Amino acid sequence: MPELTNKERMQIPRHHMPEQPPEVRIRNFNEVNLGYTIELAREEAERCLRCKKPVCVEGCPVAVKIPDFIKMVAEGKFKEAAEILKEDNALPAVCGRVCPQEDQCEKVCVVGKKNEPVAIGHLERFVADWERKNLGFRMPEMKPKTGKKVAIVGGGPAGLSCAGDLIRMGHDVTVFEALHEIGGVLIYGIPEFRLPKEIVRAEVDYLRQLGVEFKTDYVIGLTETVDELLERYDAVFIGVGAGLPYFLNIPGENLLGIYSANEFLTRVNLMRAFEFPKADTPIMNLQGKDVAVFGGGNTAMDAVRTALRLGAKKAMIIYRRTEAEMPARIEEIKHAKEEGVEFIFLSAPLEFIGDDDGWVRAVKVQKMQLGEPDESGRRKPVPIEGAIEIIPIDAAVIAIGNGSNPIIHKTTPDLKVNKWGNIIVDPETMKTSKKGVFAGGDIVTGGATVILAMGAGRKAAKAIDEYLKNPDIW
Amino acid sequence: MNKIVEARFIAPDIKLFRIEAPKIAEKRKPGQFVVVRVDEYGERIPLTIADSDPNEGTVTIIVQGVGKTTKQLNLLEAGDYVRDIVGPLGKPSEIENYGVAVSIGGGVGTAIAYPTAKALKEAGNYVIGIIGGRSKEYVILEDEMKKICDELYPTTDDGSYGFHGFVTHKLQQLLDEGRKIDFVLAIGPIPMMKAVAEVTRPYGIKTVVSLNPIMVDATGMCGGCRVTVDNKTYFACVDGPEFDAHKVDFDNLMKRNRMYIEHEKKALEEFICRIDLMAKKLEKQNA
Ligand SMILES: Cc1cc2nc3c(=O)[nH]c(=O)nc-3n(C[C@H](O)[C@H](O)[C@H](O)COP(=O)(O)OP(=O)(O)OC[C@H]3O[C@@H](n4cnc5c(N)ncnc54)[C@H](O)[C@@H]3O)c2cc1C
Ligand SMILES: Cc1cc2nc3c(=O)[nH]c(=O)nc-3n(C[C@H](O)[C@H](O)[C@H](O)COP(=O)(O)OP(=O)(O)OC[C@H]3O[C@@H](n4cnc5c(N)ncnc54)[C@H](O)[C@@H]3O)c2cc1C
Ligand code: SF4
Ligand code: SF4
Ligand code: FES
Repeated sequence: MPELTNKERMQIPRHHMPEQPPEVRIRNFNEVNLGYTIELAREEAERCLRCKKPVCVEGCPVAVKIPDFIKMVAEGKFKEAAEILKEDNALPAVCGRVCPQEDQCEKVCVVGKKNEPVAIGHLERFVADWERKNLGFRMPEMKPKTGKKVAIVGGGPAGLSCAGDLIRMGHDVTVFEALHEIGGVLIYGIPEFRLPKEIVRAEVDYLRQLGVEFKTDYVIGLTETVDELLERYDAVFIGVGAGLPYFLNIPGENLLGIYSANEFLTRVNLMRAFEFPKADTPIMNLQGKDVAVFGGGNTAMDAVRTALRLGAKKAMIIYRRTEAEMPARIEEIKHAKEEGVEFIFLSAPLEFIGDDDGWVRAVKVQKMQLGEPDESGRRKPVPIEGAIEIIPIDAAVIAIGNGSNPIIHKTTPDLKVNKWGNIIVDPETMKTSKKGVFAGGDIVTGGATVILAMGAGRKAAKAIDEYLKNPDIW
Repeated sequence: MNKIVEARFIAPDIKLFRIEAPKIAEKRKPGQFVVVRVDEYGERIPLTIADSDPNEGTVTIIVQGVGKTTKQLNLLEAGDYVRDIVGPLGKPSEIENYGVAVSIGGGVGTAIAYPTAKALKEAGNYVIGIIGGRSKEYVILEDEMKKICDELYPTTDDGSYGFHGFVTHKLQQLLDEGRKIDFVLAIGPIPMMKAVAEVTRPYGIKTVVSLNPIMVDATGMCGGCRVTVDNKTYFACVDGPEFDAHKVDFDNLMKRNRMYIEHEKKALEEFICRIDLMAKKLEKQNA
């Protein structure tokens, strides 16, 4: 192919992701996006201008060398592309799928000024999938063993990326996970149709082959405390996530048929309730039912689309603000709409109404309107007096966010946390108030993103490595 | 994978297991429980730690076969393994020297009350045990309870053994006799715990019950186990399982526990079907 000019590149339309048609995919739990073919990937890669000063890299929280890896894709050198990606991103197959690209790398891509931005996420996913399918396991460069031992608490993206870096630095690493499977939100929260579990398991297997030890069914704070870990390990990293579900705190919330998003998604993903009775854990029968999901983030989209796949007749998002304020990824909102999810905006739930057997039958909502902008510039929803509606429902999922689970800090008195229970760290090193203990991911930031959690894990790994070489620097 | 080192029935459908779990055995305190998953497709079910042996590294659980998972568990024998066991979970019981403490266990509830009753005795309480069952064979842990109780009253609904009547009748009888009671711990079916709460309420006796809502993770992550106590919502797996009986909304708990009743029926039927098929196959093979 002759070298294209920038002008020509700018004119190529973005290559859309092949996907399962909506009417088919709402009947299965398989991945919606099917992935680029080699041809599509190479053509999309041609759209990148290979900017001298790539702003996209600044938009990426871990500074993936975007133009470099995309150039390799354009040239068909996928192995090289994968190696470049892996230098900065330990989980490209995951991030390519779930990063909010429109707010990060793709938001600033210069092509996006005149045309749609380069599909950086789709390309990242392509490269990672290609590598997993075609190259299999390859041993990365490993530093000689140091004899130092690190305990990682929590097997989510923060813990896994920290573990991956530390093992390559030559330290012994053990990951302690409360649940029976490793992966954190990637396993129990994000559904199969968005992130196949096979991918997460492949990443975990890779770490296992590098020598990381995994201990599941191990709740730090209860099975063993952080202080006890410190007697056996030279350093501890805490990446326990934001796993405490918030409820609305309105009357009727304990009626039957009302779930937190965590429970709803855990039953379906981790416990595989969609395979009941092959899997023992049930989920309520949603065939022909009306389901309301409260919230506007990725979690809400995952829950409402899961409800559809479980047979719901009507699946609704009920959100206090408007579409513009919804924090969910644009792709998820688009997919949800295509699948027939109903969006009810500017509505705040006031009360759940139940029947004599205790099942939820309706929700009373207060209609809102956007008021004056507040300090943050966002227009705050304010109630419209007297505008109250009753929406009949058979089930509800509350997806309004998560706080921090108190088990760790309640059992580790000298670990400093803020008033929301988030662990306080030095942002440069992820050091906590307790010597030898580092933390990162959602437990520090509150619910955020996979890539930020991963970045935090890597930053901590670097600091832990320095600390292990010289504990006096604390 | 955790190995079962002992398994034996102690009553019809009620089986005692000792399972290897050294860390849990070392850590656990009375009132705490474990979550067990029998196999790869298994449900996570909570079971109280009835006892433990830190030297041997085992925990004891006592399981009543009520549905698919507990019946499947009760088919296992010494030498078999369970896929997962995690703990110790939940808040330990608040043990104090109250004076005279009554420990009431209904059915398998006796197994759940036993470790706390033992700790109450060790803390210096005068412990009265009331252990009920439908009939004689359902009264469990009588020998163990006898060792730690200053007085022990077995009761049976049909009068086939001990006091004829419900555990609440026995408790009422003690109160009518003017016995001084400072603390009551009641564990058993929800209607029983509710009835005990009503018996002690007029006397203002501090009464604690252990709640058994449906759990998933049992680490405070899902909120499925939420219970209403004093008009507030608590997660029983981390804020409990023990709560002040006089403040618990038992009716809400009873309803919530019925949420999957259809599923449970179906799961059990299919399971029994499968076992029957397996038995028939074995018979054929052996014939
Ligand atoms: C439904 C849902 C959808 C999401 N979608 C997206 C998305 O599309 N894109 C995106 O970027 N982000 C998304 N997020 C957010 C993202 O998943 C999180 O920000 C990220 O997973 C945080 O990683 P972490 O490692 O800090 O914690 P987690 O992923 O929460 O992992 C923490 C792990 O620690 C374990 N743990 C907790 N306590 C203990 C303990 N005491 N001892 C041992 N182990 C413990 C937990 O069981 C868990 O496995 C979503 C979140 C949810 C819930
Ligand atoms: C803290 C706690 C301690 C317990 N300790 C013991 C014990 O020591 N011995 C004992 O025999 N039983 C104990 N139980 C009850 C035991 O967990 C249930 O009997 C068991 O989960 C039933 O599962 P199944 O599949 O056999 O029955 P199913 O047919 O599925 O259910 C029968 C009934 O058990 C309850 N149940 C179902 N699934 C769950 C679940 N995941 N978690 C909790 N309850 C559920 C429901 O009320 C249901 O109606 C305890 C429960 C709790 C919450
Ligand atoms: S990691 Fe996420 S933000 Fe960074 S380049 Fe990849 S998709 Fe974009
Ligand atoms: S900003 Fe866009 S065009 Fe420029 S290097 Fe990055 S991806 Fe390529
Ligand atoms: S069982 Fe999930 S929070 Fe209690």
